[in-house]
Amino acid sequence: MMKKLLSIGYVILVLAFIYIPIFLLIIYSFNEGKNIGVWEGFSFRWYERLDTVKDVVVNTVLLAVISATIATILGTLGAIGMFYSKGKFGKYVNVGSQIPVVNSEVVTGCALVMLLMLLGSSNRSIFGLYVGHIVLTAPFVVLSVIPKLKQMDSSLYEAALDLGDTPFQALWKVVIPQILPGVFTGFMLAITLSLDDYIITATLSPLGFDTISTAVYKSIALTTAQASKNVPVYRALTTIIFIITVVIVIVMNLKSNKKENSRK
Amino acid sequence: MAKQKIIELNGVYKEYDGTLAVENVNLYVRKGEFITFLGPSGCGKTTTLRMIAGFELPTAGQILLNGKDITHLPPHKRPVNTVFQRYALFPHLNVYENIAYGLKLKKLKVTYEDTLGNQIERIENYTKEEIDEKVKKALKMVDLEDFEKRSVTTLSGGQQQRIAIARAIVNEPEILLLDEPLGALDLKMRKDMQLELKEMHKKLGITFIYVTHDQEEALTMSDTVVVMKDGKIQQIGTPQDIYNEPINSFVADFIGESNIFSGTMVGEKKVRFINKVFDCVDDFEKNEKVDVVVRPEDVKIVKEEKGMVGGVISSCIFKGVHYQMTMMVGRSEVVIQSTKGYDVGEKVFIQIAPQDIHIMKKEFVSNVYDGYITKNNTVCFADGEFACDVTQLYEGSSLDEDGYLLLKSGEKIDLSGVDVKVEVGLKDIEIIDNDEDGNACGSIISIVYKGDHYQVIIRTDEDEEDFVCDTEYTWNEQDRVSVRIPKEKIRLTLKQEAKR
Amino acid sequence: MKGAKIIKKEPFITDNKGGGLLKFKRSQLCIPYGLFLSVFVIFPLLLIIYYAFTSKTGTFSLSNFTAFFTEPTNISTLIISIFVSFIVTVICLLISYPVAYILSRLKNSNLAFVLLLLFILPTWLNFVLRAMAMKELLSFIGIPLGSTASIIGLVYDFMPFMIMPLYSTLIKMDKSFEEAASDLGASKVKVFTSVTLPLSKPGIISGVTMVFLPVMSCYVITDTFSGSTGFSLIGKLIAKCFLGENGAPIQINEGAAISLIMLVIMVVTMLLTGGFKNSENARGTNL
Repeated sequence: MMKKLLSIGYVILVLAFIYIPIFLLIIYSFNEGKNIGVWEGFSFRWYERLDTVKDVVVNTVLLAVISATIATILGTLGAIGMFYSKGKFGKYVNVGSQIPVVNSEVVTGCALVMLLMLLGSSNRSIFGLYVGHIVLTAPFVVLSVIPKLKQMDSSLYEAALDLGDTPFQALWKVVIPQILPGVFTGFMLAITLSLDDYIITATLSPLGFDTISTAVYKSIALTTAQASKNVPVYRALTTIIFIITVVIVIVMNLKSNKKENSRK
Repeated sequence: MAKQKIIELNGVYKEYDGTLAVENVNLYVRKGEFITFLGPSGCGKTTTLRMIAGFELPTAGQILLNGKDITHLPPHKRPVNTVFQRYALFPHLNVYENIAYGLKLKKLKVTYEDTLGNQIERIENYTKEEIDEKVKKALKMVDLEDFEKRSVTTLSGGQQQRIAIARAIVNEPEILLLDEPLGALDLKMRKDMQLELKEMHKKLGITFIYVTHDQEEALTMSDTVVVMKDGKIQQIGTPQDIYNEPINSFVADFIGESNIFSGTMVGEKKVRFINKVFDCVDDFEKNEKVDVVVRPEDVKIVKEEKGMVGGVISSCIFKGVHYQMTMMVGRSEVVIQSTKGYDVGEKVFIQIAPQDIHIMKKEFVSNVYDGYITKNNTVCFADGEFACDVTQLYEGSSLDEDGYLLLKSGEKIDLSGVDVKVEVGLKDIEIIDNDEDGNACGSIISIVYKGDHYQVIIRTDEDEEDFVCDTEYTWNEQDRVSVRIPKEKIRLTLKQEAKR
Repeated sequence: MKGAKIIKKEPFITDNKGGGLLKFKRSQLCIPYGLFLSVFVIFPLLLIIYYAFTSKTGTFSLSNFTAFFTEPTNISTLIISIFVSFIVTVICLLISYPVAYILSRLKNSNLAFVLLLLFILPTWLNFVLRAMAMKELLSFIGIPLGSTASIIGLVYDFMPFMIMPLYSTLIKMDKSFEEAASDLGASKVKVFTSVTLPLSKPGIISGVTMVFLPVMSCYVITDTFSGSTGFSLIGKLIAKCFLGENGAPIQINEGAAISLIMLVIMVVTMLLTGGFKNSENARGTNL
């Protein structure tokens, strides 16, 4: 009993470490004043000013959705090709795909800067930014799809051919539906990684283009009044993102619970 | 009534990464036949089936369907359907959609006659109603009428199996391929399904090509059995032929229980084994070494005066319908099946009818290898270096102290690097239960009991050379062993003249 | 076809060999991705090697490395980076292992699932926003900016990445190993040290690789948490060379050399931990 209490206490302590900063931020996002620690009364003031960061949010979401979509298509096809390839090219793609996973983001980003400079284009461009995000996320799509291919009964594809499908039909009608959960997981992972990224974006984004990461970084890294004036607005933004995340998590889990129950 | 050949395989080879999975397979299947490819795992039976289905392309050779070459035709263009080992039902489709899958893809040439009497041809798909009707009929065929809307993941193994069969036969293929379809079912279910498949074969009248490693299944169901081993066809015949007249000791050992003895022909239709001369019906050359196969149920226990050989029962096990007993005749074991059991230690006499003694040519009389002589006057062959007597290469020669061979004529020659043929008797190879101690090592790939000894085949690791040896001791397949051969038992003959 | 009557229906098998795009091998599907990787991953990596070993004029030279290793501040940054990564990794491991262990041993699987979600949930919040939250908490309770604050910030941001692989290894572990050990007379402590801990090694390794290397290159936290102390990590050095901050010129060759040093550290760490084998499930276990 004592042990149980102790372990529950420990878990609560660590959770507190994780959540106290977030809750502090949420509480003070409703503060009339600008500074944490000085409560000046309840207000939606900072929420009303959210439109000042609208561009940043739009940039972030567009970048995440578009790069994740491309990464998902490239990564899924790549995973299928790699999985069924017996030759050297498949192995080469497999190794190449693991490099961005193990490599540090700074090196990945800077290597791309070198390439862009060599190509003569500016080292900061929207094109480079999207490429950087796809390089970062596509390998994780591959890593989510490969296990599903491994789980799939290898004779399903052959069964489809046997029943009269062409290879393309068999792939589209049989293989893709089987690995769809992995593709979806990969897409979600790609979105989160892209949303979360700071280093690649900071290295490759064109001047004046900010995502949430780079914008928030600027306002907390630089101590000038100009830079930090947006900090309370980002508190409000954090609150909203946190609420959206919680809602998404709850909805997704309710759905999967429902599925499991209906199966029983 | 020789029916037309529907499938023909001519000199088919299949190679994977340098190893032959299928080697020179020649066979044909008659229309409407139930043919089974039988053999242990890795014998090439599934590969052969997959080449007929079109999932694998032969490395060499030709596959004909109704006389037309289909060797390179993709699977979706072959009028052949497959029932897969693990069913391969599409998990995202329900039972109905699974069965209708192939029908929806089928194209039909429909000829119309309009009011003016003109004939018009159109390519159409099956209508929804036609598909519906066919699916229902197929489900009825496999006794699962009300399962249309069920998800395939909720079905039991046996039900999934039936759906897989329905999905294949609904397309009315000319040939149905079945790849160990009953392998995942339990014994009782398997027996029932065997009969049902046989029944279905009769009703549908199409050709069935069946793959299994279960010899009983093969004998029960097939019109023709093809026994395969190491990618090669061993024997093709009716179940009766295969059982009663096995062509070699592998087939005899693989199909049913059998006694396999080493024997010698001692006269016209007379063979000597277990220290006794028996009359037989097969004729071989006198003094030829042969394998003798006798089925346990063909060994009859009789009264002493009628008995040909006597022995002592050393074990007796009740098997339901009969007793299985082992009798010792000298150092040989004879397995007997009889409805009457005898006590261990009891002396009994047996009789074997001439037609029940099956004689086949011995597969291995001695091991022959290509080798060469080393600097130290040893011989290298089959991944090993062995001490040998090189003076046997030249009559009357001897070795001098420097390792040169002194011929009778007084000439001195250097044997190093000379290619020789090496011959070693089956009984002259000693197997050692240890990787290190022998001259060459490998793993045991086959073991066959031959009455009073085992015939073991050891395959070396690098060159994959085989040592065939007769031994009294029992070993297990996959055992890691090494071999030792006494110096005087290695027989050498020159393949080229040595440099003088 | 109204009014017409069907007089014959027969199976129709097309003889055409199948049209261009529809005829392909499955293995060919990785060609686009393979080309993409060649251009944007493999080639840039070769560029790093090329630039690292050439001078500004394009001739072969080791000057980039000698310049790096003769500058004392660079050496100290490198040593501090390794040291800080090590400290952060150890703290993360010490905090996370008990959490993962307790969660994996909960009998109520729903509760375990909810708790697990609570631990991963913050990772879906933007990384920099989380850093901002921690920074504001630190200033709220009065911990000054500097190296201690940086380490707290790093632990805060990276801990969830340690919990996940540990948890997934511990939950998958066959409980009968532990039962067998206690059946054979091992005390609870002994069961843990002789069975549970060794068997959870793969989780520890992938957790360590997911924290140790990223921390070293993660200059966001140190930039924002170090204040005026100037405390920084090696990742910052590389970024400085390429971004040319504060009007400084872009120094490709120097940057490439430091990148190469980072790559060597990465390969060495992976070899030491055997992480190459685990890289597949490294960040993939996040979901």
